[in-house]
Amino acid sequence: MASTDTGADFTLDTAAELAAEEGGRGIEGKSPWFLAWRRLRRNWVGLGALAVFLAIVLACLLAPVYAAHVSGMSPNDTNVGGTITVDGKTVDVVSSGGVTTGPNGEIQVKAGGVPIGPQWWHAGGQYVLGADSLGRDIATRILYGGRNSLQVGIISAVICAIFSIMLALLAGYFGGASDWIISRSFDLIWAFPVILLGIALGTALAVNGFHHFGINLSGSSLWIPTFVISIVFIPYLARPLRGQILSLRQSEFIDAAISQGANPMRVMFSELLPNIASTVLVLFTLIVASTILTEAALSFLGAGVQAPNPSWGTLIAAGQNTIQTAPWLGIAPGIAIVLTVLALNVFGDALRDALDPRAKVRIEH
Amino acid sequence: MVAFVLRRLFGMLIVLIVVSFIVYVIFFKIPGGDPAQRLAGRTATQGNITAIRHKLALDKPFYVQWGRMMEQLATGKLISYTDQLSVRSQIWQGIPVTFSLAIGAAIIWLFFGILVGVISAVTAGGVSDRGITVLALIGVSMPVFWLGIILRYFLAEQRSWFPDGGYIPLTTNPAQWFYHLLLPWFTLAVLFIGFYGRVLRSNILDTINDDYVRTARAKGLSPRRVMVKHVLRNSLIPIVTLFGLDFAAVLGGGAILTETVYELHGVGFYARTAIGNLDLPPLMGVTLFGAFFIVMFSTIVDVVYAWLDPRIRLQ
Repeated sequence: MASTDTGADFTLDTAAELAAEEGGRGIEGKSPWFLAWRRLRRNWVGLGALAVFLAIVLACLLAPVYAAHVSGMSPNDTNVGGTITVDGKTVDVVSSGGVTTGPNGEIQVKAGGVPIGPQWWHAGGQYVLGADSLGRDIATRILYGGRNSLQVGIISAVICAIFSIMLALLAGYFGGASDWIISRSFDLIWAFPVILLGIALGTALAVNGFHHFGINLSGSSLWIPTFVISIVFIPYLARPLRGQILSLRQSEFIDAAISQGANPMRVMFSELLPNIASTVLVLFTLIVASTILTEAALSFLGAGVQAPNPSWGTLIAAGQNTIQTAPWLGIAPGIAIVLTVLALNVFGDALRDALDPRAKVRIEH
Repeated sequence: MVAFVLRRLFGMLIVLIVVSFIVYVIFFKIPGGDPAQRLAGRTATQGNITAIRHKLALDKPFYVQWGRMMEQLATGKLISYTDQLSVRSQIWQGIPVTFSLAIGAAIIWLFFGILVGVISAVTAGGVSDRGITVLALIGVSMPVFWLGIILRYFLAEQRSWFPDGGYIPLTTNPAQWFYHLLLPWFTLAVLFIGFYGRVLRSNILDTINDDYVRTARAKGLSPRRVMVKHVLRNSLIPIVTLFGLDFAAVLGGGAILTETVYELHGVGFYARTAIGNLDLPPLMGVTLFGAFFIVMFSTIVDVVYAWLDPRIRLQ
């Protein structure tokens, strides 16, 4: 047990050492999960990030409420010829263009087809973040798009985690041939350029959907990008887990469980799984951040979420075409992605620090 | 060493064959993507379609088709289903663009990644460390295509500080080549700078308390020498792995998003056009091209790794 890596504060009394790290508070009778929670509770930045993420999720879930009571428009409602009242003045939602005379008598040519920019709260909740060239409400579309982006991101991370845990347990517990086969298939997925693999699968399946093995998915189904992204990320999660299980497999408590007659299922799920749970939790948070970014990239290239469903990636793609006249169309959904992914990354770091305080190195000066 | 490299080269060949097979199966299974139908045009007779199917060997079993495609790719006779141009020569044309983008961006991200990592490790816990950590986190949280669109809009379209997309070959005008690639380089590098900075920071903080570093300090070496010769040398080893794999992915078409945003007609852009047309041959070519670099660089990384750290044995 004794190691010299802590140097000056070398001690065999691990309980005392842990207590010192906990700021003098007792650790007797407290579970590791309680201790982790106690450490996390003190990390205001991490908790703040979690709050931001949950707030974004909640806001997207409440998109129909926003559409009904604030913007008064569904995500696909167009309003090309309409007008709105901004601070008492009537304004075109999409400019009709034409020639007007300026205050000094000079002739001004106004471009047609330019949508209205962000109104914030000046129009009573309408067009808070502006309109697109069809007069659709961008804030509403970002909230609805967020539902799709978050759904694809979170569910694909869940699927990825389930498969990764299964494969890592199988490879790490049984070793030998099953380890060889599973590890080589990870190498194969790894050898594909990630985004190209995602695009290849996404485009191929988006044409006519997937109709094999009794599963029927239409081409515009959200499940297609969800599955594609989950496959792409399996090696990223499963490889570190496999390594951890391989070393846990050598521990005495596994030998003890096997000699007591525990069957492989019991060893894998009751003995090994709880020991990798903290790693899974941390990696899962970071994988969700990556799956949301990947969904955006695939949708941006047309290989992810398909029209008429909005998603943050497709909204940016649409905004790119009108960046000169209506920059907010491309900027706003990107800010939503950055906030979401940033919150997940910060929270993932905080989670890692809380679950594995030893990884946080004390700095000597 | 030689046996190791030979074994890896053999493994590489197998991986490439399996990858090409998987790509083929993915596209072979597209029901609406029958290339013969699209090639034949709108007024095609059933006879035309059958003739095209025969010409492309689409009426043969799919492993025969796959074998034929591999043979054609190797000899340069594989042509795109849509523009009828040779896939190999199209990829060949994209290589200077993609390599210019990848190599320039790699230099930038390595330099700034190491700089940022060292500064934040040396000042760990201080103001500049916190500032760098926040910036690095934002950097890794931004979609690269969004950053590209924003930078291009504000710096090239609103203000004309930079050219608005496009590529000038190095041989035509080196200064313009550099000027046109500056924005794409930084766009592509930002993500990696943030990522490498964070990895390097934690590596340095892991090694800084090691006994050998204490010894170096105790025998009176200057802090700078301890950092550069002792700490950094060991902390950079994991960065070598990351760099090898990331660089390979970017070379092999991974810069597809940056190339799309800045209209750089590289290998990634070629793949992007092919995707829009569901054009199998170019996608097959680009995916194999990318897989080739990824597998090759992972072998190189292992060799470099063993050279940097003699404790690691190649097996």
